[in-house]
Amino acid sequence: MSILKVSGSPHIHGDQSVSKIMLGVNIALLPAVLVSLYFFGLGALKVLVIAIASCVLFEYLIQKYLIKGENTTGDFSALLTGVLLALNVPSGLPWYMVIIGALVAIGMGKMSFGGIGKNIFNPALVGRVFLLISFPVQMTTWPKAMVSRSSLFFNGIDQSLLDSVTGPTPLGQLAEHGVIAQPDYISYLMGSMGGSLGEISAIALLIGGLFMLFRKIITWEIPLAFLGSAALLSGIFWLIDPSSYADPLFHLLTGGMLLGAIFMATDMVTSPMSRAGQIVFGIGGGVLTILIRIWGAYPEGVSFAILIMNAFVPLIDKAFKPKLFGEVVKNG
Amino acid sequence: MKTFSKGGVHPAENKIAANAPIEVMPIPKKAFIPVGQHLGAPAKPVVQKGDTVKVGTLLAKGESFISAHIHSSVSGKIEKIDHWMDTSGYKRQMIIVGVEGDEWEESIDRTPEIVREITLSKPEIIARIKESGIVGLGGATFPTHVKLMIPDGKKCDVLLINGVECEPYLTSDHRVMLERGEEMLIGVSILMKALDTNKAMVGIENNKPDAIAHLTSLAAEFSGITIHPLQIKYPQGAEKQLIKALINREVPSGKLPIEVGAVVNNSGTALAVYEAVQKNKPLFERVVTVTGKSLAKPANLLTRIGTPIGELLEKAGGLPENSGKIISGGPMMGKALTQTDIPVSKGTSGILVLPEEDSTRPETLTCIRCAKCVQACPMGLMPYHIALLAAHQKWEETEKSHVMDCIECGSCQFVCPSARPLLDYMRVGKQTVGLIIRNRGKK
Repeated sequence: MSILKVSGSPHIHGDQSVSKIMLGVNIALLPAVLVSLYFFGLGALKVLVIAIASCVLFEYLIQKYLIKGENTTGDFSALLTGVLLALNVPSGLPWYMVIIGALVAIGMGKMSFGGIGKNIFNPALVGRVFLLISFPVQMTTWPKAMVSRSSLFFNGIDQSLLDSVTGPTPLGQLAEHGVIAQPDYISYLMGSMGGSLGEISAIALLIGGLFMLFRKIITWEIPLAFLGSAALLSGIFWLIDPSSYADPLFHLLTGGMLLGAIFMATDMVTSPMSRAGQIVFGIGGGVLTILIRIWGAYPEGVSFAILIMNAFVPLIDKAFKPKLFGEVVKNG
Repeated sequence: MKTFSKGGVHPAENKIAANAPIEVMPIPKKAFIPVGQHLGAPAKPVVQKGDTVKVGTLLAKGESFISAHIHSSVSGKIEKIDHWMDTSGYKRQMIIVGVEGDEWEESIDRTPEIVREITLSKPEIIARIKESGIVGLGGATFPTHVKLMIPDGKKCDVLLINGVECEPYLTSDHRVMLERGEEMLIGVSILMKALDTNKAMVGIENNKPDAIAHLTSLAAEFSGITIHPLQIKYPQGAEKQLIKALINREVPSGKLPIEVGAVVNNSGTALAVYEAVQKNKPLFERVVTVTGKSLAKPANLLTRIGTPIGELLEKAGGLPENSGKIISGGPMMGKALTQTDIPVSKGTSGILVLPEEDSTRPETLTCIRCAKCVQACPMGLMPYHIALLAAHQKWEETEKSHVMDCIECGSCQFVCPSARPLLDYMRVGKQTVGLIIRNRGKK
């Protein structure tokens, strides 16, 4: 027998690990990825491959040459950032912009803070917002589902093709022309509306969300508070004036609402620790999203809302602590 | 089905010794009997080298308020009183007895009849429990007679019996409830009389349906005792969690169970109380689970206190070649031992052997703020934060984050996907903050 090992309890460990969690989120995103491949075809494939490859590569290079730390690409978190970044941009985005987005997401959003666990803002959203502000035209040119499947890949965005293969998103229409008379909810659910790769199919996102809830990767607090408060606030506006404000269902199903509430706001690293804090965080995100959509300069506000709430996380963590077992109520 | 509300985890149960009936462990050649086997001040030896003792002879007296008497578990001659390593990992004073035969004190009733009628009065019961050196056998080893002395102005309206055994692997309480159920319930009745209460609730986790069924049928003949199956969740056997699960009362932070009118005792303790009060037998033996997936014959052994654990391991088929860790207690809260000549004491509920491959911790990674430790903490703490504060030696903030409420159940570290040593840091925090608080009191 070798020498006995001694350590403090507990002497057993659960089966959770960082890479298992990150892999789980990636698996949960698979339905949305498949839907995007189906509707946007080769364009989606191109964006996904470039985003994933550059995110993983940038993390590897920065870790190796700048931070000089251990390689962390094996924990699937860089892969996840790549997938999320791809799902947050239009399928016709030029390849070099995807690479720039990946560099900003991983370099600025994640590694500049010290890598996994240390970042304040959701890396994929940092990348997306950077792209949106830097390349507003390309980031809001939305290839149409189905018709754009192969043409864009071979021709790029060509002026002559532009009108036939691109179209507005429901939120773009809302911002430009006011309330859509007869929203096509079925297409919002299935994924044939215009939009970024990953935000088009509500059903695919909900399946992923349920999978993560079931696997206990996320808890219900953030998504429910996010979607609930967004529905409530948009519902109030809608009740006041249905002719100028869209109904809550429209807000929930369109744009990045579900992708944001289920996959981006729930990012462990950049969300609060206590249940109460998570609910506050979710409500803040939902309310800000609707306010930006109604009054902001951009038709969509999920990314900004989540990034703004990310910045509040340290304060929320300080203010909202879990309830202590047997807490003594202090008098006076 | 009832359980506690906040936090908790579900480690694999691994109750591999659950079907092994209690066997009598052979008497050792030499018994190493520590004078401090309980929470509180160690007992003072009242024997000397060369003295002849019998089984049940008083060896050391617990003199301060929180202390307990120590009795000989064997008959023979005292070889020496010396320092020897105990399960805490420290060398402590022990009385070492060379065994000759097996001669018991005449006062002990060794007949097999079960004595149901309780003739002793309340003060006599408490005095007998004190004389017999009974301590909590769940692992905390708090002297039982002290628990039974209710402070002025407080009232115990319900006695709770802990048959939860939520630690993975351990099965000694399970076997006691199955095989010594009637005596245990008489013990419960004795405790009820000592506490002046007519209500007792036995909480048993639902992974022991045979014990639940057996005790439920027995309890019909006892007035005031009810059996309650509990949903499986660790750490339900922790005192405050059991109280919450059974009667939905929350013991205030820093207070004892009597604050909410409850007293908790372990099922094994109830059996020891029966033997002390009805059979006049001091606490000198207990059931120890010897277990581990690599052991040939996992067993539940009725063991004399002072038997070196190496002998128990032999009885269970010998220590396998690939063993990496020997743990006194369960895998969640037990202590890793350095050697096999450490003796069994009153608090040794089990000996667990882990193979080499299960003996090292997973690699520690950066905290990813997943909040699983916060969700798992049964006390409502933020383990990741306390661990960080303690690591940076911010003691004032560590104290403010309620580190002293930590029950060291290990749930936080168990669930941590980054395998961070959260409980290690919390322990450092508790120890340092505890010292600071004590020093403050002195000024």
